[in-house]
Amino acid sequence: MLLQTEFNMDSLRAQVASASVAERGRLLKDIATEIRISVLKTISHAGIGHIGGEFSAADILATLFFGVLRVDPQRPAWEQRDRFILSKGHCAVSLYCVLAKLGFIDSALLPTFAGPLSRLNGHPNRRKVPGVESNTGALGHGLPFGVGCAVAARIAGADWRTYVVTGDGELQEGSNWEAAMCAGDRALANLTVVVDRNLLQQGARTEDTNRLEPLADKWRAFGWDVFEADGHDHGLLFDTFTAPPSSKPRCVITHTTKGKGVSFMQDRVEWHHKVPSPEQVKQAVTELEAE
Amino acid sequence: MSETRTMQETFDCRVAFVEQLLELARQDRRIVVVCNDSVGSSNLVAFAKEFPDRLVNVGIAEQDMVGVAAGLANGGFIPFVSAAAPFLTGRAMEQIKADVAYSNYHVVLCGQSPGMSYGELGPTHHSIEDFAWMRALDNMTILAPADPVQTRAALRWAAGTDRPVYMRIGRYKVPAVTPADHDFVVGEADELRVGRDLTIIAVGTLVAAALQAAETLAGQGVQARVLNMATIAPLDEAAVIRAATETGRIVTAEEGVLHGGLGSAVAEVVVRHRPVPMRMLGVPHFAPTGKAGFLLDYFGLNAEGIVKAAVELANQSP
Repeated sequence: MLLQTEFNMDSLRAQVASASVAERGRLLKDIATEIRISVLKTISHAGIGHIGGEFSAADILATLFFGVLRVDPQRPAWEQRDRFILSKGHCAVSLYCVLAKLGFIDSALLPTFAGPLSRLNGHPNRRKVPGVESNTGALGHGLPFGVGCAVAARIAGADWRTYVVTGDGELQEGSNWEAAMCAGDRALANLTVVVDRNLLQQGARTEDTNRLEPLADKWRAFGWDVFEADGHDHGLLFDTFTAPPSSKPRCVITHTTKGKGVSFMQDRVEWHHKVPSPEQVKQAVTELEAE
Repeated sequence: MSETRTMQETFDCRVAFVEQLLELARQDRRIVVVCNDSVGSSNLVAFAKEFPDRLVNVGIAEQDMVGVAAGLANGGFIPFVSAAAPFLTGRAMEQIKADVAYSNYHVVLCGQSPGMSYGELGPTHHSIEDFAWMRALDNMTILAPADPVQTRAALRWAAGTDRPVYMRIGRYKVPAVTPADHDFVVGEADELRVGRDLTIIAVGTLVAAALQAAETLAGQGVQARVLNMATIAPLDEAAVIRAATETGRIVTAEEGVLHGGLGSAVAEVVVRHRPVPMRMLGVPHFAPTGKAGFLLDYFGLNAEGIVKAAVELANQSP
């Protein structure tokens, strides 16, 4: 919960923090819509990007950054900050748009995404983008890194928390399960993994590729508390992320739709990394604004 | 092992490793150790006893181990990852690349039992590729201390830097090769013997053999310069160029593959700046069965092998 006053909080986050339940959901939804439109324009301009996964994760990122995370855009390296790791680094544009809206980076950088010498690489680089903790992109790297962050906080006796967002197809990488076992064994209650369960991976459905189900049981068997939530319900996401910690690490399986919010993209495998035409951008903006 | 090698008094770099690590950990609370069920094989029992909360044993899970180390560095700690070199480097290569080198985190990767020190356990357990693999990574400092004095110095340096480090920690006992009045300066070759007829550039376990070879060569009227190149990257290019310019011939010797290791690194400098004849001694293929000493002799990685290569070179017009 955003109760701490020791870091700089902009008025929007302060508003989210003090809002009623209904009001908070509405505020976060508006933020997420703005992020989606920003992502759409950025990817369209760059001619490259993973828009399907960006849109399935947009509500998760909006809720975490504007409602949950204790981070300070003016002090990105603040030692007591919560750690956010985007393990599905191919969805970097949502992160860049969130970081721009929060003031970690100048939004004038967004149109440079993926361009020559831009700081905004196709996958995030912590040495170039304040607010990025680790250079993800290769899948299955975020959770082991996040386990290390959580162990660090524990050894230091610090109260900052670690949040890792993974894709679902990404969970086919064995490194995740090494880390899941380690976090469960160590009962890292200061660690939350959010699984963007959009059911699709680059080439096909996850269940037609290398089955993940029963996914919740897998996490439970590794020693985690498992919550399931509609990944596009901001109020529910907020409540789940901010529920009091137990003695176990927390896995939130968020049921999402790839390409969420745009009729012709939703749940379509080809929109993993297809780039919308100018006409499609126009239609998508109309649909997103109408939602 | 050859007779000359066993006649010298030898020392254990692993003892130096754990003693120095403990000393550093007592001075700096940020130092933590991450390992993979290797508390015993990495000689970490004493560390575990003194700093139980600062030893993170993730079990047999090298990808997790290196990712966790990078996360610990993010969280303000200085992680020393201690694990058998073949599994640390081979199994976790992408974590080393992305989480440590590319993310540029101060993680100190300590490859235990490198080279062919696991001898008869076979090539799965040999780490002869580590120099080549690590050399391919940007931002990575690569150290291979030749004796306990260098091992201690390497650890002290690694604790104080702010960048990724990979270092070999030798398994079998080695003679002390560093004179009392020499310091280990990371990035600088240590000239252990002066000479103008050719230069032997050796690393780690081959440094003592290089010194013996130089002694034999001196008896034959060949004055060999001996450089201990304990820093593989960044390489002391100036020392290599001086060796090429002043001695005209170079032999390299390492307990590692011939493509991509010390010999390759030296050759890259030589061809760019001062082409001279070279001989490279290393491990040309997966090793057959045998103890480490046998395998070193089998591949000519001993004083006799270095002498042979040096004589061939000396007889070749530059």
